[in-house]
Amino acid sequence: MAALKNSLGLRAGLLSLAIFCGIVATWQIATMPAGGSSVVVDPEYAKLVGAAAATGSTTALPTPADIGVTIWHHILDPFYIRGSNDKGIGIQLAYSLGRVLLGFALAALVAVPLGFLIGMSPLVYRALDPFIQVLKPVSPLAWMPLALYTIKDSAISSIFVIFICSVWPMLINTAFGVAGVRREWLNVARTLEVGPFRTAFKVILPAAAPTIMTGMRISVGIAWLVIVAAEMLVGGTGIGYFVWNEWNNLSIANIVTAILLIGVVGLLLDQILARLATLVTYPE
Amino acid sequence: MSMFKDPFDPKAFLGRRCGCGGNHAAADHARLTAEATPAGEEARWNRVVDAAVLQAVFPVDAQRRQFLKTVGAATAMAAISSVFPLATAREAFAQGGPGAGALEKKDLKVGFIPITCATPIIMAHPMGFYAKHGLNVEVVKTAGWAVVRDKSLSKEYDAAHMLSPMPLAISLGVGSNAVPWTMPAIENINGQAITLANKHKDKRNPKDWKGFRFAVPFDYSMHNYLLRYYVAEHGLDPDKDISIRSVPPPEMVANLRADNLDGYLGPDPFNQRAVYDGIGFIHLLTKEMWDGHPCCAFAVSKEFASQNPNSYRALLKSIIDATAFAHKQENRKEIAKAIAPQNYLNQPETVLEQILTGTYADGLGGVKKDPNRIDFDPFPWNQFAIWILTQMKRWGQLKADVDYAKVASDVFLATDTAAMMKEMGLTPPDPSKKTIVVMGKPFDPAKPTEYINSFAIKRS
Repeated sequence: MAALKNSLGLRAGLLSLAIFCGIVATWQIATMPAGGSSVVVDPEYAKLVGAAAATGSTTALPTPADIGVTIWHHILDPFYIRGSNDKGIGIQLAYSLGRVLLGFALAALVAVPLGFLIGMSPLVYRALDPFIQVLKPVSPLAWMPLALYTIKDSAISSIFVIFICSVWPMLINTAFGVAGVRREWLNVARTLEVGPFRTAFKVILPAAAPTIMTGMRISVGIAWLVIVAAEMLVGGTGIGYFVWNEWNNLSIANIVTAILLIGVVGLLLDQILARLATLVTYPE
Repeated sequence: MSMFKDPFDPKAFLGRRCGCGGNHAAADHARLTAEATPAGEEARWNRVVDAAVLQAVFPVDAQRRQFLKTVGAATAMAAISSVFPLATAREAFAQGGPGAGALEKKDLKVGFIPITCATPIIMAHPMGFYAKHGLNVEVVKTAGWAVVRDKSLSKEYDAAHMLSPMPLAISLGVGSNAVPWTMPAIENINGQAITLANKHKDKRNPKDWKGFRFAVPFDYSMHNYLLRYYVAEHGLDPDKDISIRSVPPPEMVANLRADNLDGYLGPDPFNQRAVYDGIGFIHLLTKEMWDGHPCCAFAVSKEFASQNPNSYRALLKSIIDATAFAHKQENRKEIAKAIAPQNYLNQPETVLEQILTGTYADGLGGVKKDPNRIDFDPFPWNQFAIWILTQMKRWGQLKADVDYAKVASDVFLATDTAAMMKEMGLTPPDPSKKTIVVMGKPFDPAKPTEYINSFAIKRS
């Protein structure tokens, strides 16, 4: 059994590797500069334009090798500061993570108690439901102009946008988890004459914890999605700003680097919350 | 360079003979090698003050080096600061210019959009024009005009790079709340172009442009008014025959490449960048429509100017200074180098050099020479403002009737700028003498309503 499991993991790993190599190879072939393009232009003109434009074509996508070089470049020096608009990719990621964690923490502070309240009272649940349903699907970019206009501070605005986008999954999951606590457990608590606060903390919270954690996991993923969009709009610092700044320069290699990094950090955040979730699960 | 060596570096010599090895005293080095002075003037002054203080404390250079080696620079600096107010001395030295009043606010934030129009605002940072006037300015790159407007209105920026119609629009409450805004200096004149996608190489006559999708940087921009003017002169209605959308300049090239646009009237470097990447060609420089038209502006709120008069003056002086420097053709290559890095425009240096020197590839295989492709002239002519207002009215952005001349003189501070220029030893032009001719048609600022009525295609 164990051998089969091992070999399955091994085979999956090999398949992943093969897919990766396939993608990179296709990409490399597709982006290789076409040899022997024969449009000859005036050398004086050629000096003024990019290499591709000089041969009568447009600048192509970078090859995987170019991107590898760019990534290596960023890894070698992730924390430089060359002026207020030019900071290393490590610093930009730290800014983004800081904003995400702050916005997410605020959202958790609001969503968990409020979700508790909603979950315990069918009346409040029904009353608040329309608001939640309308606000939940709103895109972060739609909130941004309103936030900038009313809050009048771009740093707080981006944190607000993360807050408002990551609050809903936690709120809904908390309410769902609290409402779904087994009747028998509550009845047992009542027969034992446990006070309402003690019931909330000793019975309902542990019972709803796995659902709450699932909500948090969804929320942190959303927060990380939102930060890139928010920073592209507001600028200044952060990984979103980095992407935007390199878009200015049409530097696809740098943008791909940022995409990979955003993916890896998002994965790490998700894994951390998944680990936390296993701590609070219980067998039925 | 010994004068600018870090005096807290144990390996540096601060002796009477210059550390560069030349046969002159250290103090004379700056004068003798004036061209080699570093960019950050404040840092330079700090070094000068530090060196003077350290030399007084340790007359023998070997002792100073021994001391620094033993305790380290940070400890030494702290030790000396405890008996001698280094920070105060630095500050006093930096502000020691003649006639400088105390600055109300030294640390300022100035927002800019990464385009060559903002050259004076940007280059004043790496080339030390702000520091020269005692200011510690942070120039902040911003993603789009709407964000610049909002961050300015929310006072996050003390001053900002705006399109010259924006202060007028903000003051009038068109497209935002009405907040009194002023524009004491224009950044650049000319320097924009109509870029078309390469597939339109044979459609050079605007009459063939029906159905084209164009981009301009913002609704309240010279670009929008010039593009509308241009197509209307060729008989196309800009609202019906073509579509014009507002796209942030950095996204224009990407959209042109993706075939999402047929062309744009945009700011550089994005016209030249389209040529550089083989995506588009330069159809027309806006200079060929109206030579000397204003484009971007340096704008501050009336509130900032009245609450911080000295800081405002120092800031304006830095900008006028930088603009005058950028006006000189011989400085343009150096400027291109200063503003190309990631911290500022983040563009290939050759692209910026072509724009600023005016020797450029046109995207059709030719090299063109036009030294005035972009020029820098800070004077905020009121006639410019009146022309802009007539176009806002012509295209229906401005609904109410306004007193054109009054709004113009309230926002475009020609008198202030003239006074400041005189103070700096520059000759301001006569504010009444400005002739505006757009595509062969003269504009009389005294008769704005007649001017609007003279156009066949209009919305009002």
